[in-house]
This record gives sequence, C-alpha cells and structure tokens, in this order.
Amino acid sequence: MIDSILETRGLTKRFGGLVASKAISLDLRQGEIHALIGPNGAGKSTLIKQIAGGLQPDEGSVHFDGKDVSKLSTAARARLGMGRTFQISSLAMEYTVLQNVVLGALGHRGNVFWFFNNVMKDAELLETADAALTKVGLEDFRNFRASDLSHGQRRQLEVAVALTLDPKAFLMDEPMAGLGAEGSQQLIGFLDTLRHQAPILLIEHDMDAVFSLADRVSVLVYGEIIATGTVDDIRTNSDVRNAYLGEEGAA
Amino acid sequence: MSWILLIEQTLNGLQFGVMLFLMAAGLTLIFGVMGLINLAHGSLYMVGAFAAAAVAAATGSFVLALVASLVAAAFAGVLIEVLVIRRLYDRDHLDQVLATFALILIFSEGTRWAFGSFPLFLDRPEYLAGTVTLPFGIEYSKYRLSLIGIGLLVAAGLFWMIMRTRIGIRIRAGENDREMIGALGVDISLLYTLIFALGAALAGFAGALIGAIQSVQVGMGEPVLILAFVVIVIGGIGSIKGALIGAVLVGLTDTLGRFLLPQIFGLVMTPSAATSVGSSLASMSIYILMAGVLLVRPKGLFGGA
Amino acid sequence: MTKETLLNAVLLCLLLAVPLIAWVSDEPFIITLTTRAVIFAIAGIGLNFALGFGGLVSLGHAVFFGIGGYVMGILAYHAQTYTPLMEWPFAVEGTKSMLIVWPVAVVVSGLAALAIGALSLRTTGVYFIMITLAFGQMLYYFTISWSTYGGEDGLSIYVRNTFPGLNTMDPIQFFAICYVLLLIVLIGVHCAARSSFGLMLRAAKQNEERVQAVGQGPYRLYLIAFTISGAITGLAGALFADLNRFVSPTMLSWHTSGEIMVFVILGGVGRVFGPVAGAALFILLEHSLGGLSEYWHIYLGAILLGVVLFARGGLYGLLAGREVAHD
Repeated sequence: MIDSILETRGLTKRFGGLVASKAISLDLRQGEIHALIGPNGAGKSTLIKQIAGGLQPDEGSVHFDGKDVSKLSTAARARLGMGRTFQISSLAMEYTVLQNVVLGALGHRGNVFWFFNNVMKDAELLETADAALTKVGLEDFRNFRASDLSHGQRRQLEVAVALTLDPKAFLMDEPMAGLGAEGSQQLIGFLDTLRHQAPILLIEHDMDAVFSLADRVSVLVYGEIIATGTVDDIRTNSDVRNAYLGEEGAA
Repeated sequence: MSWILLIEQTLNGLQFGVMLFLMAAGLTLIFGVMGLINLAHGSLYMVGAFAAAAVAAATGSFVLALVASLVAAAFAGVLIEVLVIRRLYDRDHLDQVLATFALILIFSEGTRWAFGSFPLFLDRPEYLAGTVTLPFGIEYSKYRLSLIGIGLLVAAGLFWMIMRTRIGIRIRAGENDREMIGALGVDISLLYTLIFALGAALAGFAGALIGAIQSVQVGMGEPVLILAFVVIVIGGIGSIKGALIGAVLVGLTDTLGRFLLPQIFGLVMTPSAATSVGSSLASMSIYILMAGVLLVRPKGLFGGA
Repeated sequence: MTKETLLNAVLLCLLLAVPLIAWVSDEPFIITLTTRAVIFAIAGIGLNFALGFGGLVSLGHAVFFGIGGYVMGILAYHAQTYTPLMEWPFAVEGTKSMLIVWPVAVVVSGLAALAIGALSLRTTGVYFIMITLAFGQMLYYFTISWSTYGGEDGLSIYVRNTFPGLNTMDPIQFFAICYVLLLIVLIGVHCAARSSFGLMLRAAKQNEERVQAVGQGPYRLYLIAFTISGAITGLAGALFADLNRFVSPTMLSWHTSGEIMVFVILGGVGRVFGPVAGAALFILLEHSLGGLSEYWHIYLGAILLGVVLFARGGLYGLLAGREVAHD
C-alpha cells in the first residue's frame, strides 16, 4: 500500500437510475502500468473524470500521493502531479507545438501572473519543453501549428505536454486510439520506458497494447471492477472471459 | 399606504410580467432549440408595434391592428431567418451577437427612415377603455386587465402546444438532440424557420399591446429586450416555465420596487432623499434580483444542471 | 518584417499624419475626429483584452467606459464648483489634473470590472453575455437616476483638465496626449499578449480543459483579464469625457457596448492592433457615410453584417492573413 501513488476507495457515481461507477477501488503502484479495460459504456470515462477532477463522485474518495484529493479541482490535482492525456486530443489548437509544451512547462512552474516577460524566450521553460518534444520525437515539428499536425502527432504532443508537468503519475485515456499499427508500436515502446519515470494508469481498447505493456489489468464492466490481476490472471479469469472476452473466448 | 393601491400596483406588475413573458418565450425557445442569441428580438417587437399603429390609423380597428402586428412581425422574422439568422446557427455566440446587433441598426434606422423620429400613438379600443370594478371595490384599468388575461391565455396556449402537439414534440426533441430530429425525418430548416416566426409573432404582438399604453417609437424594443434577457437568465435559458416565472418575478419586482422602496426609505429619511435613493435602487432592483439568483443558481431557476 | 508588423506601422503613421496635416492646413475638426478614433481605439483595445485574448464576450463594456467618464466628470465638477467630493471619513477635493484623473479612472473602472467579473464569470457562454449586458443596464439606469451629477442630462465641464506644460484646449496638443497614451497602452498590451499570462490566457480561450490539465484554473485568468480590460476601457472613457467636456448616461448605454465591440470586430478579434484599425475604420465610415445620409447606421449595419458573415478576421484578417504565432 505504501508505494501506491494513486488510490480510489469505493467510488460510486449515479446518473439518475444508472450506476456509472459502482464502489470502484483500485490503485496504481510505483513503476507499473495498470491498464483499465472494459467494453464501451462500461464507465471508463466516468471513472477517469472522477480521478482527474471535473466530476464529483457520489460516494468514495480519491487519494493521490498520500492526500485525499476528492474535493480538489482538476487544476489543483494536476499541480499535485497528475499528468493527464485525453481520449480526444485536447490541445491549444491555434498554438504551435512548441507553444503547447511551453504552456505545460509554465503551468507546472507556476508564476503565471507575469505580464511583461517574453514567455517564448524563457530559457528554463524552453529547455523543459524541448526535452519533452525530443522524448516523444516531435522536435522537428516545433513550429507547426497543433491544428496542422496529424492525428498521431497530436497524441504524441499530448504526451509531451504531460511530460513537461513532471508528473508523479500519468492518466492516459486511450492514447493508441486512431494510431496506425506502426504508430501504436512506437508508442508502446515509449510507454514501456516511461513507466520508470512515473507509473501509468492506462485506459485502452487495444488489447495487444494492454497485454504487452500492463503489469496489472483491471476489468470494468457495467461500472464495476470484476477482476484485477496480472495479464495471465486476466486471460484465464472465467468471469472476464464470460463478461468481456466472451466472443473471443468462444472463438 | 393603502392596500388598494398596493393591489393595483401588484396587478400592474403582473401585467408587465406577462407582457415580458411574450418576449421572453420567443427568445428562450429560439435559444433552447437553435442555440441562437438574438438581440434583434426587440426589433421584432418594434415592427409589431409600428405595424399595429399604421393599420389602426388606416382602418380604425384595434383587432385588425393586432392581426397586423402578428403578421408583420412573423413576416419580418421569416425574412431575417432566411436571409441572415440561418447562417448563424453553427457560429459562435460572438458572431450571433454582432450579426443581430447589425440587424438592430438596420431595423431601427430603417424604421426611422420610413416613419420618422416622432412617436406614433396607438389608441386602445373604446370597449377596453375606462376601468372595471374588482372585488373589494378596486377600480382597475380594463385594458391592463385584458392584457393580463391575454398574456395568461397565450402562456397556456404555448404550454399546450409544447406538451401536447406534434410540433411541440419536435421542439422538445430539438432541444435535446438536433441530429435526432433530423433522423426522425423532420425538415429541420423548416422547423427552425417556424419556431423563429412564432417567437417573432409573439414579440410583435407584445409590441402592439404595449404600444397602446406607451408610445410607439424607434428603439422601444431595446429596454424590453434587455429585461427579457434578465427574465430568461433568471428562469433558465431554454425553459418556457422558467420564462413565465422569471417574467412575473421581474414584473412584480420592478413595479413594486418603484412603488414600495421610496416609501420604505421614507421611514428613515427625508421625503426627497427617500424618493431619490428609493427610485435609483428601484431601477436597479431587477438586476440585483438577477445577481442574487445567479449567485445561488448560475444556470437560472429552471436551467439544466 | 511580417505583413502584420508593416500594417501596424502604416496604421500608426496614418493616425499621426492625418491630424498633423490637418493642423498645418488649420482644420481642427479633422484633428478632433482623429482624436476620437484614437480614444475609441483605446476602448477597443481594452475590450479586446477580454474578448480577443480571453474569449469573454462582454456586452457591458460601456460601463467601464462610462465609469471612466464619470470619474473625470465628477472630479472636475467638484473642482470647478469648489465643493469637496466628500468630507467624511477624510476630505477629498475635486481635481482638474489629468495626472490624477487617469489613475483614479483606471483604478475605479478596474475595481468595477473586478466586481462585475467576479459575479459574471461564475457563468459561461450566453449567460455571460446577458449578464454583462444586464449589469451594464443596471449602472446605466443608476446614472440616469443619480440626480447629484445631472441624472439623464449628464454633466458639463467648462474647460478640459490640465496637463503640465501643455494647453489641452488646443486640439493638436490634446491629440498628442491621447496618441501617446495609445502607444503606451499598445506597448503594454503587446507585452502582456506574449507574456506568461498572455500565453495561458489565450490557451484558456482555445481550450479550458487544456489549461486545467496543466494545473491552472481559468477563473483567475479570466478575472484578471476582465479587470485589466475594464481598466483600459475606463482610461478611454476619461479621455472621451475630456474630449467632449461632457459626460452623460449615454456613455454607459448598451449601444456604446455594441459599438466598442464593433471596433474590435471590424479590425480583427485577438490582434493587438485590431481595434486601432477598427476604430479608425469606424470613424471613417461614420464621417463618410454620415455625410451621405442621415440614416448611415443602415449602411454600418450592412457592413457589419457582411464582416460577420463573410470576413470573420476583420480588416487585419483580410490584409495580414492568419495570425502568425508569436515567437
């Protein structure tokens, strides 16, 4: 328990009669990739919103780095070190690639209320920004507008911005979505090394990615975690095979 | 302070409120269904009033004048919907604000050009002139009482239409999901034009009815437009029920504020100071009401979560 | 040099050259007209700070313009009637000195923007538009009923406020004061646009979720932007009242709010120099169309409609193309 950076305890969220999250308890430990899988509509997005902020659970709490962060805003949780990437790329689209990463570095550094500096000439921020771009392989696209990037490059940029935050944990919502086979392979390789910098809570549809990357897997069905375990545990778990991998299991 | 005067002022507030509702209903429908903020709604109010005044002057018939206000405002509404508004549904609010502000300039100056700057007068019909005696011996203007009746009738009709008729079902569907009504095979663009025309007709109708109490002049729609905005912000944008309750609240607050505040301040101040402080506070009272509502409910009383 | 920089330079030169030529050829009316354009430009730059950089569609900026005007009017009124502004808890006298009037106008309108912004920014989108409009009306009606300072009729000031070493009643000298203030405001806003704050604010306009994800709350950014915006517009209001030696509730009417927004749109939303071009174009249109027809607002409406529907970048979008990323 001591080395778990992120933990949810009994998160429950109802929308009218629908229970979107049912007493969800899971944790993310240092150095691991914990994958969260589940069929569409299982409540993955609802869960990540409660973890990252922006949606208050009806019951239960979120603990991050030893603190109860349930009442904190999204921004405050990000400052504590939650590095989030979004399912649908969420960037400042009119900004260049470099401006987007500098934005991340600036958000992390704080001191936002400076009115007379030239932020794009700030050596400290540029250094952080360039390091992040190099890490994801976007260094040649510094001056491209985010809106001119390909889909895959936007995903890379999201990860780069998250890197500038020097997070204690990453929350990644389907980072592989829409990437080609080659792009996915590259990103898998990258995430594989990233886990040593900070653990990753990975929400992903791509089963190959999950099974090749994850240290542990949790399966979410109808708002409830029906199993958590290693890849092998999950592969052989009969509940999971019935509820989720049913079709593949039968084949 | 006499109770009779208080009841009379309350009725005035109610009358003001139901007229505001006619404006606010159209605005809130148009925003709820089409997502459009329409500053030119006040111009449609003005168009209705001018049409009524012109027809009344030509024919002498108040009923014909009211019909003219409905037709002219609906026609103007369809015209601007087809020519301009239609292009704005997918734009951001800034574009909508600016384009409809431009329409106000065009309508106001166009009307000034056609009718001149002097106010016109629309006489209330003889059968509604004078007063009627209510219970407790209260004398009240027949015309204002009719306005309350007409406003409540229109409100009832609107609720019936939205809850019970096919077009109402489509309107409610449109509020929830634009694509869905497209999938249902409804001609969205026609539906939008119809809703806009309905909102316009209601605004024009209100313009004509009020025109018989006040004068008919260029710019008359703008104060009412802004009050109607306050109404729908209080009631919750998109909610007809909210518009009705908000309108009555605003009508009563404004009228009773003007009546009561100077008297209340009169208890602790000299009469002239009380009148001055009371009336300036009264002119701000509905905005204070609005700020108060928003502090508690940022989306208005009946706005979505 | 980018096209935009070139356009900026041409614009500033024109704004300087026109009144100088008018001065040489003794046409004070043209000087006053250009002064109006310069003051409107400052008001527009103020609104653009909230609208263009923060995406805050405020339809109540006339309030700050009007507050600036009334600050000037009230201070001057007490100075010219030799009555104290207040005696309790401490005595405050009126003043005719621009060097005092400006900071007071900036601070008071900034504080008003802080208060109105703090409430209005609890809402978003169309609610925000309507609420700023409603607060605008509230203060508009307040000034109408404020009989101490003229109520609906407004306040007249006999002579312009004073500036050390200058004769402010001379049109060209008053123009020079306004022009220099415009330059100062432009430099300040240019710096702010590329500062840490500017980067974060303009990011919030594009994507609030992104700003939150990097650990910053949009509310504070918006509130500060709105406050600065109101303060700049207030300065313009003080100058405008000084130009006319008159202040009335009309300065706070929502038509004024709409017009300030028109300056911003005609020039180009979110461009530092956009409102300068927009205000100049507005004055040009007012002057040329106003000469053509008494009903020139019809043409103004048609042009505005055209810009909104077909030329969304305004003059700057048309002439300088898409905004180049700040380096």
